[in-house]
Amino acid sequence: MARPASYDGVALVAPFSTPYQRYSIDTAHHWIATALRGSLKAAGLRPSELDGFSVSSFTLFPDTAVGLTQHLGLCPRWLDHIPMGGASSGVALRRAARAVQAGDADYVACVAGDTNHIDSFRQLLSSFSRFAMDASYPYGYGGPNASFALLTDRYMTEYGATREDFGRICVAQRDNALKNPYAVMKKPLTMEDYLSARPIADPIALFDCVMPCAGAEAFVVMREDEAQKRGLPYARLSAAIERHNANATDPIQLRGGWTMDVDTLWEQAGLSPADMDLVQTYDDYPVISMLQIEDLGFCAKGEGAAFLRDKDMTTTGDFPHNTSGGQLSAGQAGAAGGFIGMVEAIRQVTGQAGGTQVADATRALVSGFGMINFDRGLCSSAAILTTGARA
Amino acid sequence: MTQALTPPPKKNPQKRSVSPTRPPEIRSRAALHLTAAAAEGRFALQRCVECGTVQYPPRDACHQCLGTDLPWEDMPDGGELLAETTVHASPRLYFRERMPWRSGTVQLDAGPTVLAHVHGDVPRHGRVRIQTRLDKSGQGVLVALPEHDTPNMEDDPLMRALSADPKHRRILITDARSPHAPQIARALQKAGAATIFAGEAESWRPYPGRDALLELGVDILPMDVTDTASVQKMAGEIGGKTDILINTAHFLRPGGVLDRGDTGFARDEMEVNYLGLMRLAQAFGPGMASRTADGVNSAVAWVNLLSAGAITNAQPFGVYSASQAAAYSLSQSLRAEFRSSGLRVMNVFFGPTEEDDWYQPLPPPRVTSGALARSIVDGLQKGLEDVWCGDIAKDMRDRFRRDPKVLEREMTFGGEGA
Repeated sequence: MARPASYDGVALVAPFSTPYQRYSIDTAHHWIATALRGSLKAAGLRPSELDGFSVSSFTLFPDTAVGLTQHLGLCPRWLDHIPMGGASSGVALRRAARAVQAGDADYVACVAGDTNHIDSFRQLLSSFSRFAMDASYPYGYGGPNASFALLTDRYMTEYGATREDFGRICVAQRDNALKNPYAVMKKPLTMEDYLSARPIADPIALFDCVMPCAGAEAFVVMREDEAQKRGLPYARLSAAIERHNANATDPIQLRGGWTMDVDTLWEQAGLSPADMDLVQTYDDYPVISMLQIEDLGFCAKGEGAAFLRDKDMTTTGDFPHNTSGGQLSAGQAGAAGGFIGMVEAIRQVTGQAGGTQVADATRALVSGFGMINFDRGLCSSAAILTTGARA
Repeated sequence: MTQALTPPPKKNPQKRSVSPTRPPEIRSRAALHLTAAAAEGRFALQRCVECGTVQYPPRDACHQCLGTDLPWEDMPDGGELLAETTVHASPRLYFRERMPWRSGTVQLDAGPTVLAHVHGDVPRHGRVRIQTRLDKSGQGVLVALPEHDTPNMEDDPLMRALSADPKHRRILITDARSPHAPQIARALQKAGAATIFAGEAESWRPYPGRDALLELGVDILPMDVTDTASVQKMAGEIGGKTDILINTAHFLRPGGVLDRGDTGFARDEMEVNYLGLMRLAQAFGPGMASRTADGVNSAVAWVNLLSAGAITNAQPFGVYSASQAAAYSLSQSLRAEFRSSGLRVMNVFFGPTEEDDWYQPLPPPRVTSGALARSIVDGLQKGLEDVWCGDIAKDMRDRFRRDPKVLEREMTFGGEGA
């Protein structure tokens, strides 16, 4: 396999998050426009200057990125639509970075956003994928809760992890979320609350599940010299990987696609897990965060629970993790759930994270995971961001 | 262990009947082959002709070699429960009304990993048997059962939904005069039916099975399927408590078009075999369809007995076969119309029977009433759609699937023999 070229000369700027809403009467178009506008403003760009546009969304139907160009009055020479849910930001970033390096675009806005109407989650489920329609929905229609319950059940059996181990992740994230004014969850969460929560799909209970909501996230990719010229705080991309349908013969998913590319990731970055100041995992369920911590090399397979047991995962701790509260506490705004960690990591390494800022953060790992097509998440991505210029 | 079902109390007439809801029914075209297998109670999966890889979920191309020839074949039914969950929350109304719901990941001996409903008696991480069943939407689903039968396992609410079990149900046999009626009543009673009604036309005319039916405690009531008013009257009396209807009304005479000098018998055949079914459906169908979620003794199945001559014309019963083909086609319409209610339509196809005098000149093998009755009860217990009773019916089915045109020639050879 060829070694990927470096992402030198690429800058990630203008991280922007909309506040999240539990239910919204507005559309995905509205939310995406709001985040795009916020990010362009932060980057000092007019919409007419934007020549690259990348979109991730589940609720744009019947539109795609194409329809959005006319709807939003954009005229890009590079356009991408990334239907990869939780892995979207890593994938969008890789492609955007290459487009900017190659000169196919000067400024690429990467945006993810979704609305959440009263009935839209049920409708989204009902048309998610052919395999889900044929082989998973007829069996209780538990949606992702049931799919991840099965993985969690097997993980606990295989490696002896307990509910408390998962609870520790959720409780720490809630602490972080309380410092993020945009988070949907505003009340503290104790381990007792976590353990006594109502069951959703055993062994998963209420606080293992994300809250579907409406919102959007955005950032802009441009050349480093362009970011410097504009005087923008920016992050560098040290390494990035993606993989789809990995380890397909595993009877049940206990590892993600990161296992195939983890060496490439650290080698390209010239860094190791111990060098990270913070880690943003994709946290639709805490078991998935544990898989990422293992598969990305922080500890061996099956040792995630033990590894985290003596770690403080809050923003002031020794292992800051999902610093904005992650999806578990800030909410899952559809495809924006795949962006929340990335946008927060850009803020962190550029010193713009406000109340959730990890002191002196210069290196961040962001990882993504998405799309339960049938029995497992198919897409995985990861990126390492480092400080280019601080605010 | 499954709790045995107890006979339900009398229904409170002031209580609203629960509206039927359904599990998801949309499937890809490939997945409908699972439904087809479930309709006959077979467990089948796709296997790639080129590389032999077994596939699941159903596919249009092999995930091992990209081959596109993926025929369905019967598979070993063993497996191991790798993981399980009990779902307490679902946005789908059907499951919401039936929470909590157990499902799990099963590693099949045949290769792939599948998601399946899990029977309450399956131990954690235990060995399982996989069956294919039709669910309330009429689509095929996989269910993981304990490796060995357990007491009352068919009484699990999951299995009640995936079958049309006669246990505790009230059943109407439409024609008491059918030579098969006593055996059918006996088998249903053995299977735990609560009440058996039988319709009787022309009560003044004696017939041999009457005493046997009365002895079994069958409630004989006047009904003639060729008389709309009598069918409607019967439906008015017992339609609200008919959970399973078994249409035994049947008119049979030998002969082809040219053998018969007129259309008299053909008219009788259509009146009973085709229009009779339609009259019954119009009178009993709507009431049964509205009672499919009505507790333990809900309406659950409509059963037609059809000659295998329904699928291809069978000499020397040429004109009669046409009436069977008409009834078969009507049953498919009925099945489509009942789909939204979850009421099953089960067709039991049979060859020449021992008890029907008109088959006397035909050589063996024959189907006995006992075998027919066992097929009906077995089909109901397994929730089947198509049941083939006896060697001749099964033989015709297999030949039909191999090549319908060849079967046509085989069934219509002239009479000159070798």
